[in-house]
Amino acid sequence: MKKLILIIFYLFIFNIPAFAIVEVDITRGNLDPLPIAVSPLHVESGSKDIKQEGKIIKNVGEKISKVIETNFKRSGLFNPLKKDSFVQNPDIAHVKPRFEDWNLIKAQALVTGSVKVSDDKLRVEFRLWDVVAAKEMIALAFSTTPDNWRRVAHIISDKVYERLTGEEGYFDTRIIYVSETGDKTQRYKKLAIMDQDGANLKYLTLGNELVLTPRFSPKNQLVTYLSYFRNLPRVYLLDIETGVQEVVGDFPGMTFAPRFSPDGKKIIMSFAKDGNSDIYTLNLSTRVVEKITEHSSIDTSPSYSPDGKYICFNSDRSGLQQIYVMRSDGSNVKRITFGKGLYGTPVWSPRGDLIAFTRVHKGKFYIGVMRPDGSGERLLTENFYQEAPSWSPNGRVLIFYRETKTDSDGKGFSAKLWSIDLTGYNERLIETETDGSDPSWSSLLSK
Amino acid sequence: MNKSIFWSLVFHSFMIVLTAISLPFMMRTPIDLPPILTVDLIQITDKTNIPFAAKAAKILEKIKKEEQRVVSEQAPTTKKKKEKPDRIPMPEDLNKEEKQIMKKKQNPKEVKDEIRQASEFEKKELFDPNQIAALIDKSKEETAETLKKNKKLTQSSVKNSFAKGLTLSQEDALKAQIFGCWSLPLGLPYHKNLLVRIKLRLKQDGTVLRSEVLDHARMNQPGQGFYKVLAESALRAIRICQPLRVPPSGYEEWKDLQLNFDANEMLRG
Repeated sequence: MKKLILIIFYLFIFNIPAFAIVEVDITRGNLDPLPIAVSPLHVESGSKDIKQEGKIIKNVGEKISKVIETNFKRSGLFNPLKKDSFVQNPDIAHVKPRFEDWNLIKAQALVTGSVKVSDDKLRVEFRLWDVVAAKEMIALAFSTTPDNWRRVAHIISDKVYERLTGEEGYFDTRIIYVSETGDKTQRYKKLAIMDQDGANLKYLTLGNELVLTPRFSPKNQLVTYLSYFRNLPRVYLLDIETGVQEVVGDFPGMTFAPRFSPDGKKIIMSFAKDGNSDIYTLNLSTRVVEKITEHSSIDTSPSYSPDGKYICFNSDRSGLQQIYVMRSDGSNVKRITFGKGLYGTPVWSPRGDLIAFTRVHKGKFYIGVMRPDGSGERLLTENFYQEAPSWSPNGRVLIFYRETKTDSDGKGFSAKLWSIDLTGYNERLIETETDGSDPSWSSLLSK
Repeated sequence: MNKSIFWSLVFHSFMIVLTAISLPFMMRTPIDLPPILTVDLIQITDKTNIPFAAKAAKILEKIKKEEQRVVSEQAPTTKKKKEKPDRIPMPEDLNKEEKQIMKKKQNPKEVKDEIRQASEFEKKELFDPNQIAALIDKSKEETAETLKKNKKLTQSSVKNSFAKGLTLSQEDALKAQIFGCWSLPLGLPYHKNLLVRIKLRLKQDGTVLRSEVLDHARMNQPGQGFYKVLAESALRAIRICQPLRVPPSGYEEWKDLQLNFDANEMLRG
């Protein structure tokens, strides 16, 4: 015991010198998009060409890799390297790539794979490689009908995106919007749907009735929208998969922006009754309408939080149009915007952390985001006229529409769809056949 | 009982004696410091024998002349009349004196401290090209200020790096190298904890012998997919960068290195 005490005593007296581990803080890095090489998918021997809508698609492997590349480029997070610089040929689907060759062109990730079309089936295999660590990150195979080759490309893009960023992708999705043609004074509006990259465009209505505010269900491929039939506003429900359309109900007076609840069981909207606009919900199974707000002001544009517990909406109850948040039963109404100008079209992010909105101030229109308590307001983009933001399913990108000014002759007017990253960077025009407005982003099709 | 009282008394008296002896030592008289000498600063140029460049010599001559002139003005050599001790000063005389004092106060040409106290060599040290540039261009002023700030920062961090085992320049070189190699995943959630700590065992040439993510368990936790991605990006940066820029000596001090990759600062900034 005495010895032990002595040892402890000596340890206190004579400190044994020891080297502390050297710590270095790395607080800066490279914010450039990640260099990625997408090798054309190798077409297996015996594979047939694909016939689609009367056209023959040759070398589908290259086509798929091109779609993947375009997706990555549009995301702003990746920099797909030019194929001319590739040293190794695409026939590396079943072997380990020569990482030195890919390191040479500064690729940090590599996508390889193979395609085979036989017996009216398309089989696609792909692998994602970490070039620097020289290891495989993910390997998957898909089998589908040959017509679906674009979807396969989007699914691969999503898988790679998820593996490299840590969050869900948004490439295997569709966008529904109002296609517009004709002069500004006489616009023909049709419902249109396309893939998020603008491909596979289809018109869902003929354009003989005015259609407004189509919105996707967060759970499935149902769409709700507003259409005027014999000058009366009607709320419709459309199943994209089957094409079946049904009238949910006729509503008196002005009706605005029907939107699904997160579970897809209800539709929330605002309509004017006895000259006063309030927010109502409609139970899709029972068709029971429930009044949520009761105020003499104009309450519109309701949107549920992803957990369904709260609703954000805009109201002029304070004198000017501002954004408010309340419980889903209509209680505990709180104003969250106090900035100058008007705030409208609030939409809750699928991640639940932000609300997107349109702000009008000094004649300019802004698309911005803020936290659900109204803090951290960030204006992402400013223009002459733009509104109606809609979130990508991963809550990373916003799509909205922007109108341009007409000149003195009343010409030059156009309405186009645009997307912008949550950071305010990577603002991109979404190419559409005609003018477009009121876009809505679907959830992931492959979910 | 008596015994214990006895011992208590013995100990207490011992302590009192000890205190009485030791206290005077504690109350030692302060060390006699030598009286402070006042030293007049003089120009080295007055004493030195090293010849100056022709241009510098001219400038110095000019300065000397100015000084002489200044000195003559500061202390006018006007002869005063001998005054009788009993002479009562007249009001006019008082006014004259006041005027003289006023003259002294209104020193016609001020001799700048820099000229009087610093030599040509010292002046060179005072010269700061950034400050001059700042005078020419207002925008440079900010740069000059920033440099000053950076210098301050450097001084404070020097202490830390000595404690760590890497000098500041060595640490900076390592940081700069890794900054260039780290491709930050851009899809990271900005409101989460984005710190990845990686422990390395290095070879003497700076190549990595072993790497270990310290919060490895977090990588497989649900909802922490982004952390895995972040950790992988940090590991990739280390691999791209190696061999790391390490000092040529003191291997034992830096062979175990911990890199703390913190993405929060960048994403918030």
